[in-house]
Amino acid sequence: MAAVEGPMPGFSFENCIRNRHLEKIGHKAPTAYKTGTTIAGIIYKDGVVLGADTRATEDTVVADKNCSKIHYLADNMYCCGAGTAADTEMTTQMISSQLELHKLNTGRKPRVATANRLLKQMLFRYQGHISAALVLGGVDVTGPHLYSIHPHGSTDKLPYVTMGSGSLAAMATFEDRFKPNMEKDEAMKLVRDAIAAGIFNDLGSGSNVDICVITKDKVEYLRPFDEANIKGKREGNYGYKRGSTAVVSTEVKKIPFEVVATQVVSGTEAMDTA
Amino acid sequence: MEASLQMEFWRNGPQPGALYNFPGSQIWNQNEPTKRTLYPSVTGTSVLGLKFNDGVVIAGDKLGSYGSMARFRDLSRVLKVNDQVVVGASGDYADYQFLSEIIEQRVIEEECLNDGFGYTPSSLFSWLTRVMYNRRSNINPLWNTYVVAGWENNAPFLGYVDKIGTAYQAPTISSGYGAYIAQPLLRDALEKKPNMNVKDAIETIDRCMKVLYYRDARSLNKYELAIVTKDGVEIRSPVTSQPNWEIAHLIKGYE
Repeated sequence: MAAVEGPMPGFSFENCIRNRHLEKIGHKAPTAYKTGTTIAGIIYKDGVVLGADTRATEDTVVADKNCSKIHYLADNMYCCGAGTAADTEMTTQMISSQLELHKLNTGRKPRVATANRLLKQMLFRYQGHISAALVLGGVDVTGPHLYSIHPHGSTDKLPYVTMGSGSLAAMATFEDRFKPNMEKDEAMKLVRDAIAAGIFNDLGSGSNVDICVITKDKVEYLRPFDEANIKGKREGNYGYKRGSTAVVSTEVKKIPFEVVATQVVSGTEAMDTA
Repeated sequence: MEASLQMEFWRNGPQPGALYNFPGSQIWNQNEPTKRTLYPSVTGTSVLGLKFNDGVVIAGDKLGSYGSMARFRDLSRVLKVNDQVVVGASGDYADYQFLSEIIEQRVIEEECLNDGFGYTPSSLFSWLTRVMYNRRSNINPLWNTYVVAGWENNAPFLGYVDKIGTAYQAPTISSGYGAYIAQPLLRDALEKKPNMNVKDAIETIDRCMKVLYYRDARSLNKYELAIVTKDGVEIRSPVTSQPNWEIAHLIKGYE
């Protein structure tokens, strides 16, 4: 018999005929857990500012009120992800591990262009079936860089980018107020306002604003940066005060019990939670 | 029991569960002419509206797109109805021309009655809603979105009517792509400055028209502005916004 075959390269389409047949019968496939989303990034004077909202949706229900959409790729680069949550999470983790191996192999800090190439080559190979739209930003020896990567594998290298369902609202804010070489506070405010525009005007985005500031020397991961949608405090109380119902009589009864056995358990033994 | 099970749900309609030739589908007699609107041909893009402290301003660019072709670059999509009301239209230009003639004729008839009454913004808004919803109910819509703006009862008026008859009033209105791109900017501007004067309002609208020119692929940077205050209607046409391409030198290649 032939030796064990390694995994075939590329995407396996063997279930597609079966799935189409099932859909015709009436069994609809489970929907993907999408992130809805507004993600954005800009290049400012000293580096890159990335921003994201924190709502994850499953069709019209909010699945996660405070998910983290800014993923770690390397110490000097982070990647925001929109689209299917599993796809963005796994894709960024895969490329993050590839970057780490590459760093050990070359002995150098990884470059943002490398991450860009790795991401786009993988997404193109899967022909858009991996629904991951990413905003990749970081600072390396050649300076700050910002890329937007689409699910089919095309990339754009721009001074400011937005992705996700709230991208039009965020992009409108950028087009209105972006200037090259902004100061850090101005840049953070602009990204916060862009994500807020997405949060308040797009139904797929909501909750808080997360920000990540990457410079040559350090990374500031501010989660949450702005809690724009705090749950309201309950003003009234439906509990009944003591005395609402008149107490007619009170009787205290002791429940009789016998001690059958006593066992002293040593405090250092851990509970068996298997 | 038997009789109720055989009761008809409706007459001449589709059988539950059966296929139905919905009007507008491809299956019809090839010899019969089309008797209802199927799709728009020459179209106008977004119309924006913004209320400020003493009035309301609306704007729409001067482009009539023929699909992806920028065919007519000097169209007027803003109509002055009378000294209190203006209407802006987006969508099919032919349907707008049809309706604007009807509106103008009605205004003349009102004047002829000579009773001191004319169209107020809310009466025109109400009439427009009924017309649009009625056409939609006959599966023969006027393929437009109208923005009605005016001055009434010492207060500004701003409303939106859709081709399916959706109608509402709000301090900021935008149709088409404006709803995704300009509406966040308009809402934010109004939140930061709830009591704008006319200069601020025009400046906000100009910023929004500029962003729309950058990001809407069927737009033009030449537009018309209509300002309604207690003193009447002012139409400014054409207004050209200056795009800023300063960032162009920062972009080289795609990776």
